[in-house]
Amino acid sequence: MKEFSTLSIKETISSLKNKDFSVSELIDFHISSMENGRELNAFITETSDIARKKAIVCDQNYSKGEDKPLEGIPIGIKDMFCTKGVKTTASSKMLENFIPPYESTVTQNLWDDGAILLGKLNNDEFAMGSSNETSFFGEVKNPWKNSMDNFTVPGGSSGGSATSVAAGIGLASLGTDTGGSIRQPASFTGTVGLKPTYGRCSRWGIIAFASSLDQAGPITKTVRDCALLLNSICSYDPKDSTSSQKKIPDFEKATDESIKGMKIGIPKEYEADGISEDIIEYIEKGKEWLVESGAEIIEISLPHIKYALPCYYIIAPAEASSNLARYDGVKFTHRVDAENIIDMYEETRSQGFGDEVKRRIMIGTYVLSSGYYDAYYLKAQKVRAMISQDFKEAFSKVDAIYGPSTPSTAFELGDKKKDPLEMYLNDVFTVPVNLAGLPAMSVPVGLDKKNLPIGMQLIGNSFNEESILSIASCIEKSAKFDLNPNRWWINE
Amino acid sequence: MAIDSKLVERIAKLSRISLTESEVKNLSSDLDNILNWIEQLSELDTEGINPVFSSFDEEEIKYRSDEINDGGYREDIISNAPLSEDGFFLVPKVVD
Repeated sequence: MKEFSTLSIKETISSLKNKDFSVSELIDFHISSMENGRELNAFITETSDIARKKAIVCDQNYSKGEDKPLEGIPIGIKDMFCTKGVKTTASSKMLENFIPPYESTVTQNLWDDGAILLGKLNNDEFAMGSSNETSFFGEVKNPWKNSMDNFTVPGGSSGGSATSVAAGIGLASLGTDTGGSIRQPASFTGTVGLKPTYGRCSRWGIIAFASSLDQAGPITKTVRDCALLLNSICSYDPKDSTSSQKKIPDFEKATDESIKGMKIGIPKEYEADGISEDIIEYIEKGKEWLVESGAEIIEISLPHIKYALPCYYIIAPAEASSNLARYDGVKFTHRVDAENIIDMYEETRSQGFGDEVKRRIMIGTYVLSSGYYDAYYLKAQKVRAMISQDFKEAFSKVDAIYGPSTPSTAFELGDKKKDPLEMYLNDVFTVPVNLAGLPAMSVPVGLDKKNLPIGMQLIGNSFNEESILSIASCIEKSAKFDLNPNRWWINE
Repeated sequence: MAIDSKLVERIAKLSRISLTESEVKNLSSDLDNILNWIEQLSELDTEGINPVFSSFDEEEIKYRSDEINDGGYREDIISNAPLSEDGFFLVPKVVD
């Protein structure tokens, strides 16, 4: 059997064109990987039948020479994207049996380009979490165990998306990123994850968490694959009023561009304590790679960046409390019967939502409540303006910003579950980007002393994903990261 | 300000979530910790700063023409309702 699992999308497509193997063979391989990988708990719903049926059509398209850009490529989809006729749960009991009557725009774009749905991926409930431990369907395990042979978290909220790609199940996945939910899990699993500029991808059909921050994006094995997926999912969509009509470039081309002469900023605020030593070592190594490739490193300042996290924990819960008001026991599957309508609402929401979701709805309700709105919500939106201004000034001097994706590598399962605040601090480097709506990605650079992947983050100016793809591609070539965790989940 | 169980119960009421006694106790301490940490924003002077509610360029937001261009999915939409009758959502009695 061909080593399908080690191939990138780019390599797979060229093999399919060469008739080295068929789409049906490829899909059968990935279905059995999915079945053998159930201990990882990455998938909530396996769509093997859909995948096998479409594989036949894809093979015919290759024979006829009518293959589209992602023809036959198996892709897992985070369970936050509505998929027509396929259960979509947001990893919540509230939507345990929800079957959307429509398809999200970004997933439709993938299917139109020939990609195949392999299954729906586990995540933190309603995308609220940084470890994939808040899912109603149970925690997801990171394919990378630490050097003490203990299980680690895959990060979150797109934990299933990151785990599946790192484990070689499916060739890529889609995640959503509201405060780091693509980049942090990509960093924890040694994969490439990109959050596009706010407005690049349609939000239509994505279960809403915080609408002014949510964006869809790919998790892949390589930077080029990431660009290939971006080429497919980005589009103007009249069904999303904040979908941009700006021209969409060929992102793949950007991965071949030289970074010679590029100015890359490193925020001096990132030197703050709390970053693990191994990560600091790789920040320095990365700087050397960039300089060797002809880029210029410039120190910049983002003076208000330390306020991003508390600012986010006002804005995101506020928007969530409003977005999640729709789960009232009337429209979406889950309902607890009661004598009167108020009791029905309260009991339905009490039983349907998990602890973290309740916590965030409560924070959001509080900061929006009468008497506190100005002190919290309005204040946070002003701080957001100051953070955006910091980035604007930085991007008048540099083409991109470079730094770590996370302060630590993957922590052990259960480690931070008890203290919500400690969990929130994980997103310290990823959250500022969402507040300012900028594109950013995590690219793997190496392993730490615990044998766990380290990711570096690149932040681009608004609607300039191309620069960060070029830089990431350069880092990838220098780092030569080997995405090859010990496959403990396969019972021989 | 300190978050006590009375305030938690009030927020829960506004959120339409019923809580058990132990949930009220845990949430009081969680929310107290989180809001105390958020309090650090007050050290920033935001006088004269215009709030930003979205990073999206407002000039790009276009009004669409006010016409029906899609619809007729009543059965599809109702299909996920826990209780329905004759194409309507069914709810407990609201008005006495």
